[in-house]
Amino acid sequence: MHLICARLFAVMIALVILSTAAVSWAAPFDDALARFTADDFSETDAGISGLAASGDARAADVIGALRDGRLAFSASEKKVYVKTPSGSLTDVATGQPVATPPGDLADVRVNNRLRRAIDAAMGSLTLMAPDPARRLAAAQSVFRSKDASALPALDAALAKERETRIKQALAEARAAVILSMDDASEVDKLAAVGVLRERGDQEALAILSSLPASTPASVAQSAKAAIGSIQTNLTMWSAAQNAWYGLSLGSVLLLAAIGLAITFGVMGVINMAHGEMVMIGAYVTFVVQEIIRTTFPWLFDLSLLIALPLAFIIAGGIGIIIERTVIRFLYGRPLETLLATWGISLILQQAVRTAFGPTNREVGNPSWMSGAFEVGHLTITYNRLWIICFTLAVFVALLALLRLTRLGLEMRAVTQNRTMAASMGIRTARIDALTFGLGSGIAGIAGVALSQIDNVSPNLGQSYIIDSFLVVVFGGVGNLWGTLVAAFTLGIANKFLEPFAGAVLGKILILVFIILFIQKRPRGLFALKGRAVEA
Amino acid sequence: MIGGPLIRMLDRGAVIFIVIIAAIGILVPLLNLLVPPDSPFHVPTYLVALWGKYACYALLALSIDLIWGYCGILSLGHGAFFALGGYAMGMYLMRQIGTRGVYADPILPDFMVFLNWKELPFFWYGFQHFPYALLMVLLVPGALAFIFGWFAFRSRVTGVYLSIITQAMTFALLLAFFRNDFGFGGNNGLTDFKDILGFNIQAQGTRAALFALSCLALILGFLVCRWIVTSKLGKVLVAIRDAEARTRFLGYRVESYKLFVFTLSACIAGIAGALYVPQVGIINPSEFSPANSIEAVIWVAVGGRGTLSGAIIGAVLVNYAKTYFTSGFLAPYWLFLLGLLFVLVTLLLPRGIVGTWRHWSARRREQAEADKTAVPEPRPAE
Repeated sequence: MHLICARLFAVMIALVILSTAAVSWAAPFDDALARFTADDFSETDAGISGLAASGDARAADVIGALRDGRLAFSASEKKVYVKTPSGSLTDVATGQPVATPPGDLADVRVNNRLRRAIDAAMGSLTLMAPDPARRLAAAQSVFRSKDASALPALDAALAKERETRIKQALAEARAAVILSMDDASEVDKLAAVGVLRERGDQEALAILSSLPASTPASVAQSAKAAIGSIQTNLTMWSAAQNAWYGLSLGSVLLLAAIGLAITFGVMGVINMAHGEMVMIGAYVTFVVQEIIRTTFPWLFDLSLLIALPLAFIIAGGIGIIIERTVIRFLYGRPLETLLATWGISLILQQAVRTAFGPTNREVGNPSWMSGAFEVGHLTITYNRLWIICFTLAVFVALLALLRLTRLGLEMRAVTQNRTMAASMGIRTARIDALTFGLGSGIAGIAGVALSQIDNVSPNLGQSYIIDSFLVVVFGGVGNLWGTLVAAFTLGIANKFLEPFAGAVLGKILILVFIILFIQKRPRGLFALKGRAVEA
Repeated sequence: MIGGPLIRMLDRGAVIFIVIIAAIGILVPLLNLLVPPDSPFHVPTYLVALWGKYACYALLALSIDLIWGYCGILSLGHGAFFALGGYAMGMYLMRQIGTRGVYADPILPDFMVFLNWKELPFFWYGFQHFPYALLMVLLVPGALAFIFGWFAFRSRVTGVYLSIITQAMTFALLLAFFRNDFGFGGNNGLTDFKDILGFNIQAQGTRAALFALSCLALILGFLVCRWIVTSKLGKVLVAIRDAEARTRFLGYRVESYKLFVFTLSACIAGIAGALYVPQVGIINPSEFSPANSIEAVIWVAVGGRGTLSGAIIGAVLVNYAKTYFTSGFLAPYWLFLLGLLFVLVTLLLPRGIVGTWRHWSARRREQAEADKTAVPEPRPAE
């Protein structure tokens, strides 16, 4: 209780201070404003510096209007107006729109001397704007323009600035300005090189590598060292970025392939309709989101969590139906299974096309999956991060299911020796159906995740099926860990090839590599050994 | 003993089949060219082109049947060989356009001018000569198949694995040919052909001749395949299909047999593609799409693999159905039907049309001559 009272009191004091501050700022602003009505260049100049010194939030708008020739005044009423681009007038002092313009309305005139004053005032004003985002933007624009006249304003802003991020931006801007100036001292320039070296990005590199001719030798040398260090640093960051993209692609590949690792890897069934299960999962997400949008909009952030079990059940159910009606008649005839499931995939695609139309459907990102954050020079988007986490979770869950549960035990038993498993009382037909349903269901939840990063269209599955098969074959059939390693290897290799070879050529190279690899090791990276090979 | 193999090769069914194709190949162009358009017997030119297309598809199906039906190699990338043959022919046709293109460049095809290329890439050299283009029609798919097969069969990639990597091969080619800087016209492909060997490609006579040529190629392809499957080589191929390891232990170099028949099959597919392009008037990368290759496999499955004639019948039937369905109000249902065809044929008609018919007639004969034991039907391959 005591604490709360103390806090309330503190807030009240702060409010009082703030309001007096606003009052004390208002007076110089109005004084400076009045000078614009004199229609005299030196008075206008005084008005500009007065506005700049006032620290009022409206000052930047007024000076900006003056620069653009949109500032007008009425000598009789002693009032200043801003003309909006649409042509209407606003009274600067009150901030209210003016319905009938005064009779003696005239533009505030400027000459070249005033224009320089305006530019300087604008720079320092935005550098000290109350809004942190505007201060940051101003600092960054000075960094890019390297305008020497902004130096005094920069120094002033640096002295006042409290936020470290903006302070750093200001220091970098100052360094950029100093390095481009001819008359800065050597000590200042050396310090500036140090600041830019800290910044360490492409723009810093550009400034350091294009120093003016007048730069002293010692500065040039330290700049050269800085360039070297920045370049190695940047190479490392770009490698890290590629690795991140690769992990992201790898997780997508793993997600698409992991269900296939069950149906193809464990059961030996070539399921060409696997991609369509992924597509169905994505469409389940779409339908769930549509229902939520129309009836329970407040549930939107949970839409994916609702879609996950639904997608698992629907895709798994379709998988079980396919297994019971088609695939069970084709065990031991893998090539015919391939053709039949291809037919199923055509039917499912066309069914979805008939039901939802051939075009892409919009699936939204929940708020916790949109946006990005930065680690050093690395941009990490939340949806990719979530998908990696989700993929690993699915992988671990699947592994646990196969190792720790009764169903998993029976699945492995049926895979290893069907007749023996049957004679031990395992209903092999039921296990077949459940295994296929499990693989399809996992494809379904993969579809939920992929709907967040890919276009949801009837062709969604087609684009993953070949990649998925290659991942499973590359990793070694019947080996979940192999699938994991293969997916991430291919993902990362693909992303490291892209900068050199381009996206399409990179993919072609990967395909060629896998084709050659399969020739070398027909059973994949982690081949099963022993009797299972010939089974 | 020349008569022996010839008789084996040309049994009654094969002769009847060849006569039918030959009759179509002669009659259709005659009915198109000589019979006046208002007569009920007149065959319109668009039908000649359409049936010419079917003949090319049939040749492609034949090449797939040779390796799938008789050697157990299921290639899901045969469309790639078909398309490569087509591109070789397309390049010849492109060079024939000469100054009649939009940009009227005597050497560079339009798309190269459009891409601001200054000279012809080296792999386009020589394609203005028809014999060279013909050589390439055989050589390019053949060489690709040879290299691919040499690696694949030597390291004993079999069954499903081979199917998947052939699919990856055609997918890689699809991506490559979509690229503009690959030098084959990017996603527009090669089109706007003017003439072939000096004859206008749109002319009625040229189309009729191309149709007759397609039928001739089909007959020749059929004869070559018949000759192979009825020879000793063919017996080894069937042995490989049914028990690869056992054949190897018997002392046959399984890889060489497979490589030979795979390469030959790719060449036949290339010829089919080369005949297809002038009749259709365009070749673009979508011919490489894995779906096309797998569709060609279902033609063979419908007709009956390991029958040769079945492949041809299946290709014509399925494509006729496709034309029929996709041209009318039934268009949205075609993919349902095609999908069902895949499922039903594998489930209910694993021998295909011709295979089932042969099976039944063999059974009838068996019953008729109950005292004699009939030769058991060979088990279909996987």
